[in-house]
Amino acid sequence: MASARDLRRRIKSVKSTQQITKAMKMVAAAKLRKAQERVTAARPFAAKVKEVLARLTASSSGVEHPLLATRQPDRVLYVLVTADRGLCGGYNANIMRMCAGMMQQKPGSLVAVGRKGRDFFRRRGFTIESEFVGLGEDIPFGSAKEIGELLVGYYEKEQFDEVYLLFTEFRSAINQIPTAIKLLPVEPPTEDENGSQVDYIYEPEPEALLSRLLPTYIETTIYRALLESKASEQGARMTAMGSATDNATEMIDKLTLSLNRARQAAITKEISEIVGGANALD
Amino acid sequence: MADKNLTVEIVTPERMVFSEPAEMVVVPGVEGYLGILPLHAPIVSGLEIGVLKVVNGGKEAKIAISGGFMEVSNDRVVVIADTAEQGNEIDVLRAKSAQERAEQRLNNRTADIDAARAETSLRRAVARLRAAGQD
Repeated sequence: MASARDLRRRIKSVKSTQQITKAMKMVAAAKLRKAQERVTAARPFAAKVKEVLARLTASSSGVEHPLLATRQPDRVLYVLVTADRGLCGGYNANIMRMCAGMMQQKPGSLVAVGRKGRDFFRRRGFTIESEFVGLGEDIPFGSAKEIGELLVGYYEKEQFDEVYLLFTEFRSAINQIPTAIKLLPVEPPTEDENGSQVDYIYEPEPEALLSRLLPTYIETTIYRALLESKASEQGARMTAMGSATDNATEMIDKLTLSLNRARQAAITKEISEIVGGANALD
Repeated sequence: MADKNLTVEIVTPERMVFSEPAEMVVVPGVEGYLGILPLHAPIVSGLEIGVLKVVNGGKEAKIAISGGFMEVSNDRVVVIADTAEQGNEIDVLRAKSAQERAEQRLNNRTADIDAARAETSLRRAVARLRAAGQD
């Protein structure tokens, strides 16, 4: 059995680890709340862009645009959104496993958003076409724009024929879903049921509008993916750190119990030694 | 129909900037400035960098936007813009220095300067200053 001194030392070390995980949990909770607000704030814009695009493509059927054109998917590009930091449970592993699976089925190149995904695939010898790391907590729309412009450039120059976006959809603090969507060629959203058939005046003509709206649509989609991933990361970290704290409490309880047992055994031993000694004197 | 009003909403990716009733809106359309009054026909228009004016009760709110779209239907005006700032939110000093920087770059053109980019940032700065009433 471990000595009382060893046990005391272990309890102390577990306690200080618990303090760290507890603090991290609280920080993640605060950041999660902020991230969720940002997801909500971005929603009206995304909905509006989608609505206008749906109407535009519906009313002007047969419009052609390079970003809508489907090509034989020979060269595929995956855009992988991960966190810059670890200690967030299975968050990074889940999305990277999904990415690896997709790449096994349909090999392609990679654009890494986030340090973890970049490091993982670089270690395994994959070529990283481009990387975006250290976007920070408050992701500005400008970052999404930058990524979007890069991808549109790739697609227009026919460097890639299909672009997938892999991110983690945020459902709740304990539920995040790795998701893959096809970013390019753009599959125009279809209008929802209440889309009344109004005849709009388009200025300039639909084709010209489309070539302004499509990049915006792509950037908005990326922006949403970045925000959702950020919220998921904080949610996963909060949950992981919460259970780490719980585990630490459990461990401390167990160690305290063994410590008390060891202490009591020592006392019993001492008493029986004293009694034994006294008996021997009689 | 004098009591008919427009509802104006201006949204950017980061937030809803403006949501108020109005009597008239003037927007910087791709093909020139465009005035919207109540009962306007449904229209979707691209927007340029410029100043958007919202008139309500004799008061005029000016908002600098950097391109985007506008949709009008049923007296609802929805503007989706990359960025939008109301006149009183604008950092005049920053806009001024951006203007000077862009002008300087356009005046001493060298091969390594992206003239188109400098021009856009000049137009953005000028729009900001005009919205802030500093032109």
